Amino acid sequence: MSALQPPPIAAGQGAPDSGTLRLVRILLPIVVLAAGIAAWEFAVRMYAIPPYVLPAPSAVFQTLVSDWPVLSQSLLTTLLTTLEGFLAAAFGGIALALLFNQSKWLEYSLFPYAVILQVTPVIAIAPLLLIYLPQQTAVIACAWIVGFFPVLSNTTLGLNSVDRNLAGLFRLYGASRLQTLRYLKLPSALPFILGGLRIAGGLSLIGAVVAEIAAGTAGSGSGLAYRIAESGYRLNIPRMFAALLLLSAAGIVIYGLLALTSHIVLRRWHESALGKEN
Amino acid sequence: MAEPAALSEPHSGTAGLAVSLREVTKVYQSGVMALGPLDLDVGKGEFVSLLGPSGCGKSTALRLIAGLDVPTSGSVGVAHHAELSPAKNAIGFVFQEPTLMPWTSVRENVLIPLKLAHAPAAEADARVSEVLAQVGLAEFAEAYPRELSGGMKMRVSLARALVTDPDILLMDEPFAALDEITRFRLNNDLLSLWRNLRKTVIFVTHSVFESVYLSQRVVVMTARPGRIGAEFRIDAPEPRAEDFRTSAEYAGYCRQVSNALAPSYSGQPGR
Repeated sequence: MSALQPPPIAAGQGAPDSGTLRLVRILLPIVVLAAGIAAWEFAVRMYAIPPYVLPAPSAVFQTLVSDWPVLSQSLLTTLLTTLEGFLAAAFGGIALALLFNQSKWLEYSLFPYAVILQVTPVIAIAPLLLIYLPQQTAVIACAWIVGFFPVLSNTTLGLNSVDRNLAGLFRLYGASRLQTLRYLKLPSALPFILGGLRIAGGLSLIGAVVAEIAAGTAGSGSGLAYRIAESGYRLNIPRMFAALLLLSAAGIVIYGLLALTSHIVLRRWHESALGKEN
Repeated sequence: MAEPAALSEPHSGTAGLAVSLREVTKVYQSGVMALGPLDLDVGKGEFVSLLGPSGCGKSTALRLIAGLDVPTSGSVGVAHHAELSPAKNAIGFVFQEPTLMPWTSVRENVLIPLKLAHAPAAEADARVSEVLAQVGLAEFAEAYPRELSGGMKMRVSLARALVTDPDILLMDEPFAALDEITRFRLNNDLLSLWRNLRKTVIFVTHSVFESVYLSQRVVVMTARPGRIGAEFRIDAPEPRAEDFRTSAEYAGYCRQVSNALAPSYSGQPGR
């Protein structure tokens, strides 16, 4: 490849070929992944490690295919819980931030409790929630608790970061509170809100997983985290790995979707979404 | 040249005055006396510059006139149009920075004052196109602010101030951050707009040359607290253009105004 050739003394310095650079950035992680899997497979075969100690990647993949009916059902359950928790976190966080922004009294009264909810580990709250709430609701509540705080704090930061002169301009033209919110505060807070949502997406998945493990109920409607715990008890290690793989993939897809949304929404104006050449 | 009385309109209650400050003071919460007491009358259609060093309270005075701040004591009078339609604001304000909303197009930025006043959409759109043409940005209506140069952004800001057809245009060092070539061009454009539209303009600047070039009257302010140090009428013939910049008359005025400003320099560390 051209990137591996020694660069010409002066010319290659200033302008690295951006297409090549991009290809390298995509290819390198893939090469690392392939090498890792190959080494893993090789080690398992070489030392004849039994699958209940460490399954080979091929065995994990086989399990993924053969157990797909069970695993896909669980994946769907977990994704649904995550989505519900995420939506609750997004709407709850943004709505609470808007309320706080309109009324300082409300902010002073409630914000400390939002912080307390955030700093208390969710794994410790989950068993309590499971006592007081129906299981499905409790799981969503867990996803919400971990997800809403980044949305709340980021939205609050955004709403408070409005350009002072623009705010003055809106006052000069007699803008109502609602108009100021709609035309000034929300648009200028948008990059912050999207940043908060990006964090909340991943956290909602974590919240859902934590609650599922804490709940630990069997049945057709149980999620991926429960499958991992259950397979652990049964020493079905290949299935544990397969479920874990699906969880990671779900996390990556969620992050990717939110990052893409953020990019599409902001690409025309915000620094974070602009190309380097601008 | 023209006395304020000559600019008066018969139907106005304030006898030809657009803005009238009486014994105005402004003390900030920190206890700093920013302004005053200050007396200032600006006639309708007059172009007045407030000139002074940083921290002399000229921007504060402008914010008081705009109603963005309230004076600690004294009164601020601003003449309003007899017939005040909802889409009409008595005052247009141009800030030091362009102060545009980066998330939307030039058209939307200029439209916002009309939108806030609930003006009918069709009427507002036509008005926006008209003002954008006035500042020479007709073909940039759909561009985003970050795609424009500094001078063009300032034009958008000017268009936004003009869109409500205000009687009074307040400008707070609007061209201070621009390069000299762009600033000269915008100076000329502003003068021709003023000649055509006959707005009252109060222009805050720290440039002697800019103030003399643009104004009918230059008010020199002194710092801490902000007061009026001297006033000069610039009785140069109109229309003024580039040849005025290099004339002996212009140089003479600049020298007078600079001399009046000189006391402000002494005793001001770092400025």
